[in-house]
Amino acid sequence: MTFSQIPPETRPVLIVSGFVLAILVLGTAYTLATAGTAPLLMPGYLLQQLQTGAFLGIVAAGMMMVIVLGHIDLSVPWTMTAAAMVASAVGGLWAIPAGLAVGLAAGLFNGLGVAVLRIPLMIFTLGVDSVLRGLMVAQTAGFAPQDRATGTMRLLAAGKVAGVPAAIFVWLAVSVAIAVLLRRTAFGREIYATGTSEAAAYLAGIRTRRVIVGAFAASGLCAALAGVLLAGFSAKAYQGMGTPFLLPAIAAVVIGGTRILGGQGRYAGTFAGVVLIVLLNSVLSIMQMPEAGRQVIYGRVILCMLLVHGRSARSPS
Amino acid sequence: MSPDLRRLGARASRKAAPLGALALFLLLYLVYNMLHPRGFSGAVLIQNANESVALVFLAIAQTLPVPLGGLDLSVGAEMTLANCLASELVTGPPLQVALGMAATLLAGTAFGALNGLVVVYGRLQPIIATLATGAIAIGLALILRPRPGGRVDADLSWALTNDLAELVATWNLADPEAAWLRPVAWIPVPILIVLVVALGVWLPFRRSLTGRTVYAIGSAEPAAVLSGLPVARARIAAFTLAGFFAACGGLCLAIQTSSGNADIAQAGTYTLNSIAAVVLGGTSLMGGVGGALGSIVGALLVRTLSFYFRILSVDPLLQPLIEGAVLLAAVSLGALRTLRVRNRLELFR
Repeated sequence: MTFSQIPPETRPVLIVSGFVLAILVLGTAYTLATAGTAPLLMPGYLLQQLQTGAFLGIVAAGMMMVIVLGHIDLSVPWTMTAAAMVASAVGGLWAIPAGLAVGLAAGLFNGLGVAVLRIPLMIFTLGVDSVLRGLMVAQTAGFAPQDRATGTMRLLAAGKVAGVPAAIFVWLAVSVAIAVLLRRTAFGREIYATGTSEAAAYLAGIRTRRVIVGAFAASGLCAALAGVLLAGFSAKAYQGMGTPFLLPAIAAVVIGGTRILGGQGRYAGTFAGVVLIVLLNSVLSIMQMPEAGRQVIYGRVILCMLLVHGRSARSPS
Repeated sequence: MSPDLRRLGARASRKAAPLGALALFLLLYLVYNMLHPRGFSGAVLIQNANESVALVFLAIAQTLPVPLGGLDLSVGAEMTLANCLASELVTGPPLQVALGMAATLLAGTAFGALNGLVVVYGRLQPIIATLATGAIAIGLALILRPRPGGRVDADLSWALTNDLAELVATWNLADPEAAWLRPVAWIPVPILIVLVVALGVWLPFRRSLTGRTVYAIGSAEPAAVLSGLPVARARIAAFTLAGFFAACGGLCLAIQTSSGNADIAQAGTYTLNSIAAVVLGGTSLMGGVGGALGSIVGALLVRTLSFYFRILSVDPLLQPLIEGAVLLAAVSLGALRTLRVRNRLELFR
């Protein structure tokens, strides 16, 4: 079977997996040459890296639902932060449900704005992001809130089950749920159909408004879950905790071969994309790359991967 | 209706949004000056002009990619890069200051051209491509200025952030008391800079074939291609000019603050506000309609809002919330046409 016989949806998954291997090999060569050790091949180190990657993975899973639809959810950063702050402020048994409710509300609001008002180019989610930021700043007076994450949150994010960080299990559970939702349910197929051509989907009897609202709600829920877990991981919520996740989440989805215009993409690709970004980050931190260099390399990697398989069809000429 | 009348009607409806924004701005600014204890004074005008000029340039920058049906999410980062570059270069002997300013503008323009090339020849979505190049620009700015600092020529700084009389006096260009200067001496220099750049760069571009093609692409890309318009050139030009205008904003910021600051959050806020300004100024996010004048007014509207925060002593903690709500309201207002649509299929473009 030659490369061209592989279905186009699967090709990016293979390319990304190849990149992951290349990063592992190059990173190990670097550490062997400079320090004589190979931390990137130690299971313990890898699991630790994947634990920090779990938050990104959950955000990316939700983001993928929206991107398959042909939209982008730019409200993720402050949805995460708001959910984390509300969860740790409520505390007790209701901490996690309260956090998730915040995400669900933000997602529904996004979905209604996009589906009913039809505000283009993800401006609406950008606006929701700044409103959420305003709400949180007004609520917390701009400081990190004093509330602590609850025991359950800490256990889910920082605890270990059978030697494996619990956060990885949460990520896997979310992954399975999203993958099944996208591939095996009517709702998932409707997302692909709407992402390919909303007009055609509408004429085929799909209630596209509901599909859009549903996908954004899922994205809000995932962002909220990631925010709640991140608060558990760092023991408390803080201002701007979600901001570093937006670009990597979009990057992971796009690197994984999901078409940015919607309608195409496999969850396996997103998963591999997250692993790629997490490993790239850990290699960069092993090389003690400063923030500036990271941003540059980051931007370049995204551009390169986009140029490999994110290109749109030739313009109508 | 005769064709002439109809054309006039179409023209009026296209200009209605910017004119409405202009009227709103003038009203708000008038009331602001009446409420301000030192309202209607040159000092207030100069201060407001200085606070607005960077955002005005970013709004002009954002005006070009938007009619193409894409956003440039890297304008804030390009501005930050230019700001940091200027804080390195715009100092020393006069020749070096001039060359430094030129180099800063050139660097921004080159970065914009890079955006355009990536979008056109890489065939990438502008939004996602500029998100990535924006990260690169911020990274480069951080390499230049890991910590805020730097230096900008003090004379330049003084001359370009005050009124025309001070500009003339700083460099002994003419007799500051000359009769011909009196009537215009009060005009803040930042306003003149914006006017010169807008008249000197935007207008010629808008009237050129390339400029008209930008709008044609936004209205109907297939039609533009089939008419043989230079589509690729127009796209690259739009992003290149966006980089140039963003660099103008960064340079003005450096001249004002006499320093460079690679602030990621600030870059993000500026990008967001530039989009808000473009929308408020009546440029359609669906493409095809809009102009620099509207965006300038939009930027001034966004800024006037924060002037009000100051005189009404609104709790600073509430300001981000109000700004966000205004942005959301502005874009929702632009979407009201969906309520007039008779056939739902028209919505899916």
